[in-house]
Amino acid sequence: MAEKLLAIHGLHAAVEGKEILKGLNIDINKGEVHVIMGPNGSGKSTLVNLIMGHPKYEITAGSIAFEGEDITALKTFERARKGIFLSFQNPEEIPGITVENLLRTAKNAITGETIKIMAFKKELKQAMETLKIDNTYAARHVNVGFSGGEKKRNEILQMMMLNPQLAMLDETDSGLDIDAVRIVSSGVKHFKNDQNAILIITHNTKILEQLDVDYVHILMNGKIIQTGDASLISQINENGFLHLGGDALDSGEVNALHG
Amino acid sequence: MDKKKTVVEDIDRGLYDIKNKDRYRYKASKGLTPQIVMDISKEKNDPEWMREFRLRSLDIYNKIPLPTWGPSLHELDMDDIVTYVRPDTEMKEKWQEVPDDIKDTFERLGIPQAERESLAGVGAQYDSEVVYHSVKEELVKQGVVYTDMESALREYEPMIKEYFMKLVTPNDHKFVALHGAVWSGGSFVYVPPGVQVEIPLQSYFRLNSPGAGQFEHTLIIVDKGAKLHFIEGCSAPKYNVTNLHAGCVELYIKEDASLRYSTIENWSRNMLNLNTKRALVEKNGSIEWVSGSFGSKISMLYPRSILKGEGARAEFNGVTFAAGGQVLDTGAAVIHAAPYTSSNINSRSISKGGGVAVYRGAVKVAANAHHCKSLVSCESLMLDDLSRSDTLPVIDIQNDEVDIGHEAKIGRISEEAIFYLMSRGISEQEAKAMIVRGFAEPIAKELPLEYAVEMNNLINIELEGTIG
Repeated sequence: MAEKLLAIHGLHAAVEGKEILKGLNIDINKGEVHVIMGPNGSGKSTLVNLIMGHPKYEITAGSIAFEGEDITALKTFERARKGIFLSFQNPEEIPGITVENLLRTAKNAITGETIKIMAFKKELKQAMETLKIDNTYAARHVNVGFSGGEKKRNEILQMMMLNPQLAMLDETDSGLDIDAVRIVSSGVKHFKNDQNAILIITHNTKILEQLDVDYVHILMNGKIIQTGDASLISQINENGFLHLGGDALDSGEVNALHG
Repeated sequence: MDKKKTVVEDIDRGLYDIKNKDRYRYKASKGLTPQIVMDISKEKNDPEWMREFRLRSLDIYNKIPLPTWGPSLHELDMDDIVTYVRPDTEMKEKWQEVPDDIKDTFERLGIPQAERESLAGVGAQYDSEVVYHSVKEELVKQGVVYTDMESALREYEPMIKEYFMKLVTPNDHKFVALHGAVWSGGSFVYVPPGVQVEIPLQSYFRLNSPGAGQFEHTLIIVDKGAKLHFIEGCSAPKYNVTNLHAGCVELYIKEDASLRYSTIENWSRNMLNLNTKRALVEKNGSIEWVSGSFGSKISMLYPRSILKGEGARAEFNGVTFAAGGQVLDTGAAVIHAAPYTSSNINSRSISKGGGVAVYRGAVKVAANAHHCKSLVSCESLMLDDLSRSDTLPVIDIQNDEVDIGHEAKIGRISEEAIFYLMSRGISEQEAKAMIVRGFAEPIAKELPLEYAVEMNNLINIELEGTIG
């Protein structure tokens, strides 16, 4: 039987008093690839930020368990040390801190031991080669002056180096050209094994081509309204979200999305 | 007078806070009178002209009011300050001969370990007098002079007389007048024409005695075409009484010469740091200031570069960290007094827990100084809502053919950046420290490696939170 990694039940969450998730359930086992699709503003980013423990979001009901342990009271860095990783939609720029320094600090923090410098450098070099990142980027400041695509590749580099149990990719493919998507996708494929799991938020199917997707969830208006297998992706691509019914977006929310 | 005390956030500064028993052979009475100044002068065996200079400075001190701008100095009561403390040891040229407790203090601060590893010469001042001085043989052979000011006054009197307090005169402001009256210790450096001193010289100033003032004088002359890197370090343990630091630095950079002057000041929170630093740069010469200001209750520090000769250059890289109860009013000034001169000022300030970090700077361009360039960039990072940052740049330009740029950025530490680093398993405190270190990195990278490490350690100490 598959081992359960993440279990979310009846999750309600709000940001600045506005409810965004309205009773969400999701279970992810080791070895699985899950995809979440849904219109803008449906709560996809909120969900992954919430799992990561972003202080802006408040859980009003429900639970998030990781490997059977309730993690809702844990701080973000404690969740990361348990093996949760988020590839950000808009990665932050950190002036003055090099990519290599960040990765070494993070790896030491997550593994709880000081890694050997030569082994680390070798691993970093390999991961950068896989992602076709020029090795001079190791000495550059995190995301400063990076193009959109470079930032996303840097996220995947961190994922590969930190080797989490649950990797959440928040629109990692958006803003990438077709070649870059392919590179990122092969990095993800390289990372994937039967002991970890991936949760992918995407509007695009290119990133999924090299992966065996187990489940596709449609998130609308703060709830998962449909779960299916990979075939659901092509249905969405042909027909969009609205025909799926569920709670149609009310005009207020549409305005909020565009405002 | 209003004697209201402000609350100063206290931190554990570890080795910087280790105090020794107050050891002295001679200690002046508290306060400031002509008799005290005479006593100091006698104790120091001044030549006649220096004694007169001291008394004249005291006179000026008594006539000039406190500055009417900047942080309030109402807590300073000169009647409570001991202006001169001679440690009970003579100056040594052999480290082994320095008394153990003084030696231990400097050893813990990494001196003279630093000398063995990466310096061409070292001076160490304890309270009012230099207790140790040494310089590498090969520099002596090239005619480089590096000694304490007292020895310089005996051995190079004509040169001292020509330069001493001619660039910073006692009339400039109240605390240089005070300095002129009671100065003691400091370093004198002379680099002969064309001599390139490739490894740095360092002087370290340690103020151990409670309620005392430190008034060291640093005089550096880099002659034509010569080159020097000088490092100055300062620290003091914490006492509950006010200590005063009113040092003075005069730098003369001759034609085609260059000087890099790096400082890490790390004062305890009972210190009023009112330091005056100035450089006079001749044709095609250059001064580079690298400055890290940590600690103190109040700091007022604005190194000034006077670009006197055509093509002279000044660069300033400074970082300031103000925590709760501290007012760090720092910056830089450049006077473009000749054509084709250029300056570049880059200041970073960090404030936390109610600390106040003010950038106060000035760029003045004289009417004849055509074709000069100046770029000023100051950035402030506030770590919370309690802290304050201000930017007060003055730009005064007397001609049209100039290229002047100024940019200022004041911002709060980004919650999203903290979250980003925490999502990589890095604790909240370390995440903040990384962001702050990253913010200070453009300055840290200008420092020699071991001082960059020290600066990062100081940032960590400041961020590690408060005691009690």
